Amino acid sequence: MSTANGSPVVKVGLSSCGVAAGGRGVYDALAAKLEDSKVSLMQTGCIGMCYKEPLVEVLMPGNERYLYGDVTPEKAERIIEEHLFKGQPVKDWLLMVEGNGSDIASPLEGQRRIVLRHCGIIDPESIDDYISVGGYGAIKKALGSMTQEQVIDEVIESGLRGRGGAGFSTGMKWRFAREAKGSPKYIICNADEGDPGAFMDRSVLESDPHSVLEGMLVAAYAIGADEGYIYCRAEYPLAVRRLKLAISLAQERGFLGESILGSDFSFDLKIREGAGAFVCGEETALMMSIEGKRGMPRSRPPFPAQSGLWGKPTSINNVETFANVSWIISNGAKEYNSLGTEKSKGTKVFALAGKVARGGLVEVPMGMTINDIVFKVGGGTSSDLAFKAVQMGGPSGGCVPASLADTQVDYDSLSSIGAIMGSGGMLVMDESTCMVDLAKFFLNFTQDESCGKCVPCRVGTKRMLEILERITDGKGHDDDIEKLEGLADSIKRASLCGLGQTAPNPALTTIKYFREEYEAHIKDKTCPAKKCPALITYEVLADVCTGCTKCTKFCPTGAIAGEKKQPHVIDDAKCVRCGLCMDVCKFNSINVF
Amino acid sequence: MVTDTKTREAPSFAVIDAIVHKHNAEPGSVIPILQEIQDEYGYVPVVAIDRIAKITGITNGEVYGTATFYNMFRLEPLGENLVKVCHGTACHLAGAERIAEAIALEVGAKEGETSADGKFTIEQVACLGCCSSAPALMINEEIYGRLTSESVRKVLKKCACGNGDGA
Repeated sequence: MSTANGSPVVKVGLSSCGVAAGGRGVYDALAAKLEDSKVSLMQTGCIGMCYKEPLVEVLMPGNERYLYGDVTPEKAERIIEEHLFKGQPVKDWLLMVEGNGSDIASPLEGQRRIVLRHCGIIDPESIDDYISVGGYGAIKKALGSMTQEQVIDEVIESGLRGRGGAGFSTGMKWRFAREAKGSPKYIICNADEGDPGAFMDRSVLESDPHSVLEGMLVAAYAIGADEGYIYCRAEYPLAVRRLKLAISLAQERGFLGESILGSDFSFDLKIREGAGAFVCGEETALMMSIEGKRGMPRSRPPFPAQSGLWGKPTSINNVETFANVSWIISNGAKEYNSLGTEKSKGTKVFALAGKVARGGLVEVPMGMTINDIVFKVGGGTSSDLAFKAVQMGGPSGGCVPASLADTQVDYDSLSSIGAIMGSGGMLVMDESTCMVDLAKFFLNFTQDESCGKCVPCRVGTKRMLEILERITDGKGHDDDIEKLEGLADSIKRASLCGLGQTAPNPALTTIKYFREEYEAHIKDKTCPAKKCPALITYEVLADVCTGCTKCTKFCPTGAIAGEKKQPHVIDDAKCVRCGLCMDVCKFNSINVF
Repeated sequence: MVTDTKTREAPSFAVIDAIVHKHNAEPGSVIPILQEIQDEYGYVPVVAIDRIAKITGITNGEVYGTATFYNMFRLEPLGENLVKVCHGTACHLAGAERIAEAIALEVGAKEGETSADGKFTIEQVACLGCCSSAPALMINEEIYGRLTSESVRKVLKKCACGNGDGA
């Protein structure tokens, strides 16, 4: 992964985001161009700057790093020609330069990368790459010089709390599982990242799978487990493929299997692919699913630490938690707990998406404000509209309005304003987002994903959705806001698992912070953000329209009429308000009112 | 994963039995067994449900219950290409519904349907985790991001050639 033989190395980011942006074509173009040269070409995972994918990094001898963004196959050829063959970096496309004295400030500034330490740096399909950056050092250290209790103490001292959303102390969870009677014991990695808008775990699994495996090994040693499962959602085929490869490589090298590193500790790891059920991210449902059953939660206690998979003591932790563990054991608890706030230690990875300029994965110390994440790290909104709110924690979380965005990101500050840390999805919204539509979107999701076992969740979310639907259809009743609040209260208090207990949050927080938008829909029958189809009308601006007829070809209902070079007209009775005409018009001649 | 498009064959006991026995006929392996059967046929044939129940010793009802609980399993055959249109939050904000409209216009099938020529089955999915490339969709196992109503139609046209890279 480095310039070991004194020759340059070229790296292409090929995790899902890189591939989606056309990274394979760039890789192939580079491979063809570099065929007879000494330059080595390798793939890496995701460095987090998804908004500039495909990314190409040129690593020169002397550790000079040059990062290029928005690379196409044609640009790739020019980079090789000018930078590698003639020694002239292509300045216009450079995002960042390090180590040659004329550094370009890194867009990663303000971040502190622990979980993402290897992402975009190493080849995720090479175990040697992982070992060369100190990988598997944590398990060597644990097995070689620490007792099981010492490992647990170290993790407790680090202050690490579960990164899946609930924020329970990881070390305490392990202690309960270690002290529980019963054998065998299990370690499970929850990689069923189901929150829409979250992709931290996918990226870590695709970019640095061994760090997760190593964290699981440390946990297994600590609690005395000899078998583990990674439960990964099937929507992540690349992550599953890289995990399988990582497991077989780790087995070959003796990091998995019998008598690991010559000790009497043995550990076996299996992958279970999820089958598309959001509720399986809930730990008791997840275990049901591993057992081959319908993934329906059960009430707790007993907690999994006492009675988990097949009734045996089990510790379930999330991908990001495990990636932290291997770092903590290698670098020590003190190094970790020097970061963050009093009760929230370390860093947190966020998936920044939505209307944000620099969307992607970011990792920041706990305690940074939402404003700093959105503006300093994320570069503000991607449109020229004002920043309106962030939605944190997906369908279980809440909306934080711009007026409260100076709130610190830590478990306790966020819950005090009705939001949650969640797993790390951070959706940025600008003025074009309708908050009632957003609440409807999440309720639609949760009522669809409710497993149906308990009534408050199954029926309650459905009733809330119906009310939100009639509000956005312009048929809301005067007391609908109160009805929503009443239903929300019952669902939160009476549901069996986290899915139901948190499902009303998006509706409650949008009512709390954007009540006037609900009232505009209900009383004035208008949608201030101009999103809700029943409350808006499309028209062609006759003085702007050039009469190119393009929109007429895209209109699914044939609602647009017009001759070439004549202003077109939309037949309101036929228009279904899909917005395709607006999408394809090159002259901005479609107006919504 | 499901998305392979193999030649459609009539379900055979020999194939189904081999898959069940590969997993030691364990009741706990019903999900991976169903996944492999779906890989083989593109869907889960009803005869396979009866067969799994018989060999593993659990009831048809339990296998059927599992197969219908998870979104991923289909009891009907698929078109040649499976298009999963992402409706995650970021894609929703970026206009996923317009992408779905454009797809319907191009192939003549809405979400949940298969096109008349059998080339495309269109599905709606909750989130593909490619939020920074929104709006996105997945055709078989390839992800396409930063789509527009126009580019998605090109992607579908090109799809038959099996080109793997983005729009």
